[in-house]
Amino acid sequence: MTKKNITTPVTRDALGALKAGDEILLSGVIYTARDAAHKRLSDMITTGKRIPLDLKNAVIYYAGPTPPRPGRAIGSCGPTTSSRMDAFTPALLKLGLRAMIGKGDRSTEVRRAIRKNASIYFLATGGIGALLSTKIISAKAVLFKELGPEAVYRLEVRDFPLIVGIDSKGRDIYDKARRKKR
Amino acid sequence: MRKINVSRIRDTVEELCLKANFELRRDILDAIRSALKKETQRRAKDILKTLIENAHIARTNSIAICQDTGMVFVYIEIGQDIRLTGGNLRKAINDGVRKAYSRGYLRKSVVSDHFFRANTKTNTPAVIVTEIVDGDKIRIAVSPKGFGSENKSRIKMLKPTASVEEMKAFIIDVVKEAGPDACPPFVLGVGIGGTFDMASGLAKRALLKPIDSVNPDKRLARLEKELTKEINSLGMGPMALGGKTTVLGVNMLEYPTHIAGFPVAVNVSCHATRSASGIL
Repeated sequence: MTKKNITTPVTRDALGALKAGDEILLSGVIYTARDAAHKRLSDMITTGKRIPLDLKNAVIYYAGPTPPRPGRAIGSCGPTTSSRMDAFTPALLKLGLRAMIGKGDRSTEVRRAIRKNASIYFLATGGIGALLSTKIISAKAVLFKELGPEAVYRLEVRDFPLIVGIDSKGRDIYDKARRKKR
Repeated sequence: MRKINVSRIRDTVEELCLKANFELRRDILDAIRSALKKETQRRAKDILKTLIENAHIARTNSIAICQDTGMVFVYIEIGQDIRLTGGNLRKAINDGVRKAYSRGYLRKSVVSDHFFRANTKTNTPAVIVTEIVDGDKIRIAVSPKGFGSENKSRIKMLKPTASVEEMKAFIIDVVKEAGPDACPPFVLGVGIGGTFDMASGLAKRALLKPIDSVNPDKRLARLEKELTKEINSLGMGPMALGGKTTVLGVNMLEYPTHIAGFPVAVNVSCHATRSASGIL
C-alpha cells in the first residue's frame, strides 16, 4: 500500500479523500495534549474562558514524551490511549480541531462528532516511542508547562507514520475488524 | 551473617531501571521475531517489524522503548541470613529509581495526590514488594510497567465450583476487553488463588518470568499453552488490526486458596513488557 503524504494545516478537503485503513505520512506542526491538558481545556470551555490554543484546523497528538537527551529534539514519544480523552473530544471538535492522533478505540459520541465536524482520527502504533521520536524534528512546551510530561508541546514532525482510524465520514477501522471476526 | 549495605541495592535498582527501559527483554524480542515468521497479513507483519526496529533504536541510543516508562514495580527477595546496613531499604530503592529516571531521561509519571494529581517529579515512590526467603542472597527484579495495559488488568472472584473452562473464558474476556488500547500482542500474567490481593500480586509477578520458560507445574504449563493458542485464534493481532499474534505468552502462578473461593487475576501487559533482574 502506498502511503499518502499529508501536510499540516490539514483542511477538510484534504481529509475528505482519506478512508479508514489508509496509511499516511504526516508532516508539519501538531500539538500534544493528554488527560490533564484536556481537563484544563475542558474546564476553560465550560466556564466560558477563551482557550489559549488555536484549535482551528489543528492536530492534537495524545502523547506525553520522555525528556530529550542533550542535543536531541525529544525523547520517546508514542501515543497514549485515546478513549480517556473521549469525554472532552466533542467540545474540542466543535472549536475546529481537525485531527487527533492516538491509539485504540473511540466512543460512539466521538465517532459521531468526527463525522459531524468532518474531522479525522489517526492511529499511531503504540509502544514504539523510540522509533517515532526519530520523526520529530522539534519540540517546545507551549502551554501548561508546569504539567511536565503532560504539558502541551508544539511538535514539528516529518513523515510521521499513521493509519486512518476513523475517517471524516465516520467509518471506523475497528468496526471493520470486529465485523470480520464475527 | 552476611552484611549488605543498602547503597548496593540502590545502585542495582538504578542500573536495572535503565536496562529495563532501554533493552527489550530477550524472550520478548525472540517471541516477536518468531511471531513475524508466522504472520501472513501485511499490516500485522509491518507492525511487528516496527516493534523490532523500535527495540533496536531504543537499545542503540539509550532512549526509552516506550514513553510510558511506568510506575516502577520492585520485587525484592531478601535471604534471611542477611543483615542490611547503611540505612533504610525503601529509601535506598526509591533513591535508585529517582536516579535512574533522572539520569536516563525517563518520564516521571507518578502523581502523589489522586485528587489534585501533583507529579512527584521523581517517578517515586515505586511499588515495592519485599519477600524474606532462605539463604544469604538478594534478588531484585524491577518492572517499569505502563498504564495503557495496567488499566486493562482485571480480577474476578470465581465461585469455588467454577470449571477450568469458566476461568479460561474470564481470561479471554479480559483480552477482548483490553482490545487495541493496551497495545497487543500482549503478555498475560495470571495469578490464581490466595486472597484478592494475593492473586493480583501473583499476576504481576508472573510477568517477571521469561515467556519462553516452561511452567514447572504441568497443569499450569498445559493451561498456558491452551490459552495462548485460543487467544491467538481470536484474530485480533498486533494493535488489534488483525493477525495471528494477540499474545506473545501467558505466565501463571498459583497459591492455595479458601474453600469458598477461586480468585483469578489477569495482569495485562503490552508487547513492550519490560523488566530486569539482578542478584547480590
